Amino acid sequence: MSEHANNHDDHGHHHKETFVTKYIFSQDHKMISKQYLITGLFMGIIGIAMSLLFRLQLAWPDHQFTIYEIFLGKWAENGVMDPNVYLSLVTIHGTIMVFFVLTAGLSGTFSNLLIPLQIGARDMASGFLNMVSYWLFFLSSVIMVLSLFVEAGPAAAGWTIYPPLSALPQAMPGSGAGMTLWLVSMAIFIASSLLGSLNYIVTVLNLRTKGMSMTRLPLTIWCFFLTAIIGVVSFPVLLSAALMLIMDRSFGTSFFLSDIYIAGEVLHNQGGSPVLFEHLFWFLGHPEVYIVILPAMGLVSEIMATNARKPIFGYRAMIVSVLAIAFLSTIVWGHHMFISGMNPFLGSVFTFTTLLIAIPSAVKAFNWITTLWKGNLKMNPAMLFSIGFVSTFISGGLTGIILGDSALDINVHDTMFVVAHFHLVMGISALYGLFAGVYHWFPKMFEGRLLNKKLGYIHFWITAIGAYGVFFPMHFIGMAGLPRRYYTNTNFPYFDDLLEINVVISVFAFITAAGQLFFLYNFIHSMFYGKMGGKNPWDSTTLEWTAEVKHIHGNWDGPIPEVHRWSYDYSKLNKDNSDYVLPGQDYIPQHIPLQDNEDELKH
Amino acid sequence: MTAFLIILVIILFGVAVWQMNKVFQLSKSPKSENSEIASNNDNNIQGYLMLAFVFFLYGILAYCFWEWGDVLLPVSASEHGVEIDQLMLTSMILIFLVGIFTQWLLHYFAFVYRGSKEKKALFYAENHRLEFIWTIIPVFVLAGLIIYGLFTWSDIMYVDEDEDPLVVELYAYQFDWRARYAGNDNTLGEANVRLIEGVNQLGVDTSDPNAQDDKVVNELHLPLGRKVLFKMRSQDVLHSAYMPHFRAQMNCVPGMITQFAFTPSITTDDMRMNDDVIEKVEHINQIRTEKNIDLLAKGEEVLEMYEFDYLLLCNKICGSNHFNMQMKIIVESEEDYNTWLAEQATIAETIKK
Repeated sequence: MSEHANNHDDHGHHHKETFVTKYIFSQDHKMISKQYLITGLFMGIIGIAMSLLFRLQLAWPDHQFTIYEIFLGKWAENGVMDPNVYLSLVTIHGTIMVFFVLTAGLSGTFSNLLIPLQIGARDMASGFLNMVSYWLFFLSSVIMVLSLFVEAGPAAAGWTIYPPLSALPQAMPGSGAGMTLWLVSMAIFIASSLLGSLNYIVTVLNLRTKGMSMTRLPLTIWCFFLTAIIGVVSFPVLLSAALMLIMDRSFGTSFFLSDIYIAGEVLHNQGGSPVLFEHLFWFLGHPEVYIVILPAMGLVSEIMATNARKPIFGYRAMIVSVLAIAFLSTIVWGHHMFISGMNPFLGSVFTFTTLLIAIPSAVKAFNWITTLWKGNLKMNPAMLFSIGFVSTFISGGLTGIILGDSALDINVHDTMFVVAHFHLVMGISALYGLFAGVYHWFPKMFEGRLLNKKLGYIHFWITAIGAYGVFFPMHFIGMAGLPRRYYTNTNFPYFDDLLEINVVISVFAFITAAGQLFFLYNFIHSMFYGKMGGKNPWDSTTLEWTAEVKHIHGNWDGPIPEVHRWSYDYSKLNKDNSDYVLPGQDYIPQHIPLQDNEDELKH
Repeated sequence: MTAFLIILVIILFGVAVWQMNKVFQLSKSPKSENSEIASNNDNNIQGYLMLAFVFFLYGILAYCFWEWGDVLLPVSASEHGVEIDQLMLTSMILIFLVGIFTQWLLHYFAFVYRGSKEKKALFYAENHRLEFIWTIIPVFVLAGLIIYGLFTWSDIMYVDEDEDPLVVELYAYQFDWRARYAGNDNTLGEANVRLIEGVNQLGVDTSDPNAQDDKVVNELHLPLGRKVLFKMRSQDVLHSAYMPHFRAQMNCVPGMITQFAFTPSITTDDMRMNDDVIEKVEHINQIRTEKNIDLLAKGEEVLEMYEFDYLLLCNKICGSNHFNMQMKIIVESEEDYNTWLAEQATIAETIKK
């Protein structure tokens, strides 16, 4: 470690950076993190815009909208959306939001930014692989966006792309070239994610600064570390599923296909099983939701402690519960398949493991709440989003108890109830984590500039009210029995009375989406004109706030600081309780040695 | 009602903006040194907004139940469904209690401990007893739910063949359903998509003796009080046979036969007399009448008035007409069912034609 650091110190910063090496093919983790963030936000705009189009369709199915013609062209002649395009929109919305925004945009951005800065490293273990990882992600984004423009339309088999629907171009137009591009894009995405994850793991294990033991790491790093491990364990399985699907599609194999009669002819495929694909898909698919939520949990823990001016409550319990969640996340995938036709006994096993996950999740929720208790809360926008995160995580998590119970799942499986559940617990929560992170670490990304807080407050309240306005009523249409991925619910009379609820949901969705414009404006404006916030604007203890405000390669101008304490010494009092340990300052940064007037606590 | 909600949102939004503006004005006071970091004033306002927000949550919850409680599914029309509903009710009560309590704590703490320069936070890093308590309580509660759930699940999923259930095949294809009754021998004839030809739409093996008396229909009739064992097949892609009123669902997988069994307990006629159903149907017809006024004005064909029927829906994305792939289910007395079945042609008869 020290040798590595010295190397950097020696050759210092005398490289001449060109525009290309600084902004495009950069190997600096801070620049790569910004690249991830901006690509992720761009993909997010596409994903959210798609959701607005299909919300319009769901709320006013009989109405003709010229806006469809503008965006969808020949797939929406006379302003009537084609049902296949509706399915494409929900498919690509799901894919983009889950993988491109909440995996790459969240974990990619903050793992890159914070791992080296918070553990006290000059950069990632391999800057080059890190760069390759970003550019593979960029390439996969480009391919995904290009797939929107193919003749027969983009992939439309749902983001879970279950075969045979996704395997047979005869089954739907989206399963032609659109699906091929989808699979290629995802294969590249997986390669990117694996390169990134391996880098994060190695960096956390090997490049921690002197004194930074694993139990002194901020919870953010613990979460990124475990996220990376889950990614490495489960993403290759999706890759294998994708490769087998590519072979079934293009080379006549029968991994997932058997006994099919479609478009007037019998296919030769024999002996495969779509259920096998479901197993492979969800072996990634379920850990994936934890890949999405764990980094958000880490960011929220850190932001909450800083803004509550209190140590995170139960630091060790938090680590243990993240470990438990990470482990359990790999053995619960079957709860997506209770009624897939697999053996009912497996359903019992997966019910058991699934409901177990509620235990560490409950511990985390209570620990966050206790962190607020008797705090001195600074209501910065990042803090609001963190509180919002805990709120939506609880609301969405609780309905998981319904869905995780195989007997109850029979009747709500694949209904809008599921859509409401996962949007609250992983979609909205993870987005809150992302926003909280951006508000909090914006000065670290953009050399000291802060986001405007008033716009931040407006952004938060519109989003908070809107998100519940969208997803709370959605539970009701699900419990009324309305299946998801229905192009319209008024084609036959039974669900006619749900239309007015769909209108309410859509109105809230438009308001919420409009609210994001405040963020977008704030982000772009503050990048150039934001107020400077000083080196440590939030009075935080972690190492990134000791690094140079101006971005330099290597992060610290001088030697890397040495760590002497954990990262949560907020409001710690001296031995005789007369004042804080450092008089007049309610926090002790990690690089400050143990003082004479303080007790050393075992955490 | 929708309009009311929208107005409510706009008002709330207006209040929020107005409050923000107030913050903006106040934070311009000369002593604010760095305006992008929350001041005492911000903490105050945001703290109160947090308290207001938890009431908004309770409000939206109450509103949803009050306004939309009637859209939910009526009483279960199958025997096992009653158990599912009971488990659902227990779980729902539990999660509502936990949700209401934890949301209160979260937002109330955010309000009451809102910061100021004068306050000090309590250095409180851990408390093993507390952590033990909120680990062990979920352990016991969830253990109870898991056991309850697993018993219910086993009762539903393990079919006792000795009960002599009526065997019916549900056959899914893009984008419709067929049902095949096993006939007098109550045994379905072998079938494979490779045998699909002409009128033999389901690919039944016509040389199989068991297949001769099978009957293929496009409307599902079920006798009251007799256990029905459904065998699901799919011709092309994944479908899911979803019968929400019976709390029943199973995927239809090409290349594989899946199954689900239940005992219908309420006839279609009786269900039509159910108070919740009457209310729901009235509501739907009111909506349709309103639409018809518009349609008449435009000179288009009017919608028929709706009468309640059980439905079999497709609940797994299957292509462009996924939203319109359903079959009517009729539950009737044993005699009516037998009369209906006798009128249907067997496969042997159909092929001969």
